[in-house]
Amino acid sequence: MLPFILRRILFMIPTLAVISVISFAIIEAPPGDYLDAYVDRLTSQMQSVDPSEVEALRARYGLGQSWSVRYWRWFSGVLQGDLGRSMEWNQPVAKLIGARLPWTLAISVTSLLLVYVISIPIGIYSASNQYSPGDYVATLIGFLGLATPNFLLALIFLWLYFLWTGNVAVGLFSDEYIIAPWSVAKLVDLLSHIWLPALIVGTSGTAGLIRVMRANLLDELQKPYVMVARAKGLKEGRVLVKYPLRIAMNPVASTIGWTLPALVNGELLTSMVLGLPTLAPLFVGALLSQDMFLAGSVVFILSALTLIGTLISDIILAWLDPRIREAI
Amino acid sequence: MTLLDASPENSTLETVPVKEEKLLVASQWQLIRWKFVRHRVAVLSLIVLILFYLAAIFAEFVAPYAPGHYDADLTLAPPQAPHFFDNGQFNWRPFVYGVTSEYDINTFKTTYTIDESLKYPIHFFVHGDPYKLWGIFESDRHLYGVEEGTVFLFGADNQGRDVLSRVIHGGRISLSIGLVGIAISSLIGILIGGLSGYYGGVTDVIIQRIIEFLRSIPTLPLWMALSVALPPTWSVVQVYFGIVVILSLVGWTGLARVVRGKFMSLREEDFVMAAQLNGSTEIRTIFKHMLPSFYSHVIASLTLSVPGMILGETALSFLGLGLQAPAVSWGVLLRDAQFIRVLASSPWLLLPGALVVVAILCFNFVGDGLRDAADPYASI
Repeated sequence: MLPFILRRILFMIPTLAVISVISFAIIEAPPGDYLDAYVDRLTSQMQSVDPSEVEALRARYGLGQSWSVRYWRWFSGVLQGDLGRSMEWNQPVAKLIGARLPWTLAISVTSLLLVYVISIPIGIYSASNQYSPGDYVATLIGFLGLATPNFLLALIFLWLYFLWTGNVAVGLFSDEYIIAPWSVAKLVDLLSHIWLPALIVGTSGTAGLIRVMRANLLDELQKPYVMVARAKGLKEGRVLVKYPLRIAMNPVASTIGWTLPALVNGELLTSMVLGLPTLAPLFVGALLSQDMFLAGSVVFILSALTLIGTLISDIILAWLDPRIREAI
Repeated sequence: MTLLDASPENSTLETVPVKEEKLLVASQWQLIRWKFVRHRVAVLSLIVLILFYLAAIFAEFVAPYAPGHYDADLTLAPPQAPHFFDNGQFNWRPFVYGVTSEYDINTFKTTYTIDESLKYPIHFFVHGDPYKLWGIFESDRHLYGVEEGTVFLFGADNQGRDVLSRVIHGGRISLSIGLVGIAISSLIGILIGGLSGYYGGVTDVIIQRIIEFLRSIPTLPLWMALSVALPPTWSVVQVYFGIVVILSLVGWTGLARVVRGKFMSLREEDFVMAAQLNGSTEIRTIFKHMLPSFYSHVIASLTLSVPGMILGETALSFLGLGLQAPAVSWGVLLRDAQFIRVLASSPWLLLPGALVVVAILCFNFVGDGLRDAADPYASI
């Protein structure tokens, strides 16, 4: 098991390096460097700019040097936890991201749990009651869930929420808990709010997983060993749980790999529409105002976290299925 | 017993072989078509999609108004439903009731009432806003419209423009972006997947790593960041192609995997070896012998990747990072619905979203149907 984990971590290093290059390319993408933008902003605010100060800053950030030097300067900073400085907020990027990342993670993790909690029982029901009315309803919901963009679903929920309660924002806490210190009551309040965005974020994942679960289980149910189990006189429920379900679960566990990127995408859009204090509004704001250190860092953090999530899912999968441990 | 033996039992027996014979001599595409047609939902979806695309191609003619046509008195006016019954009497010609607006000085609110005394019959092929179809044909005929008053079947937006007309015009961008996008990503996908599957070895390992990488990172942040990098001076057409390229740079991986898998299995087939032994070049072997045997799989896989492109464009434009306001796409239209107070009083602004859902559902169904039909020899 340990060699497998080590090998996977080693595989991750080049991928992380590529992601860092892409993120740095994003930071450098807009024409001009960020000091030009800084000077522009100061002059537009009628403030005087000292050319020698600009030159000093230029030297400090290595802006006159080649791409690779600048990249290395940035990346070694990232490794030490220094992600650069946001121009728009005039704060360190790491601090800005650190304040909002926990909410993004909370929504994504809750969403991932909901996806599995909802889709596995529905998938099992659909497969064991093929062509029943319930199966058709599940299939229909599955198709609709795949076809509805997250932000549209979020808009519809927000609209219904507004019609029912008159509130314009969903939020993660009730008013009295927003600034309250952490307590059990606050946690309960958070849980009573977070399920809605998590559900919206997970819709397409749930829809996809219902289809995977149903197809896998249907394949297994047709195999001879199921017939043998039935012939032995096992009850239908026991047959299902004891044999085919275990085998059908493995591909489901491996889908975490493609569920995670979809979750990150969904979380961005849903939080934008619902106005949640996650990375999403920060990221979109940074892109629109060309605050590229912030934007590039968000891309880097989100991609890196997705990779780590995939790594964890791979380890769980290897732990579930010895064949995978040996194969890779 | 010969075939000429025309006894009654034989004639009934002969009908069965004739049908089977039809199956045996049918070309692969005929078999695929027969199998696809049996998938009712897929056929229905295909018809809906064809209607969508026809409406988008002939947008100027199908839409009753130009996308910029506005009526300042009717901002956020509710949809006017077509009626067939007038005082309990059936009319063949549908009509809409007029809408009158009333501005309340105290609340600064405009309220709209359906005025049943005003009736505007809907005519077909009426004269309306002049247009130039595809920049060539000048006309002012519209598929339907009213001679006086207004016909806003989907209601009006916050500038008093017909939402349905704008949806039809917006379909031109939103629906075409999927097709142009898969045209580009299919080129990349077939080329790279083909190289990977045909050569195998180190090439294959490197390409597979790249594909795994692209599939393991979240695409939306990347798309968003790249679309910001498009120069702000670009025209609508340039931004459109920029977005298509951005979407397809990430979208080719699914197809590349299908193509690679097929190449891997076909490489071992006898007919490929026969072609090679006959001295056909590599390029000729790939394009003349191997590709035609799985075109149907490629088409199915492409159909299933269109929805991702449409969703990508809609999401980017909705966030304000894709196409911008004077251009009309479904995502741009949905931007009007993002302010919850506006949305609560005028929920018809979500109708463009309903069309996105219908279009994507149809592409998924057609894709599923094609995938099942792609291998007609599986169970016939």
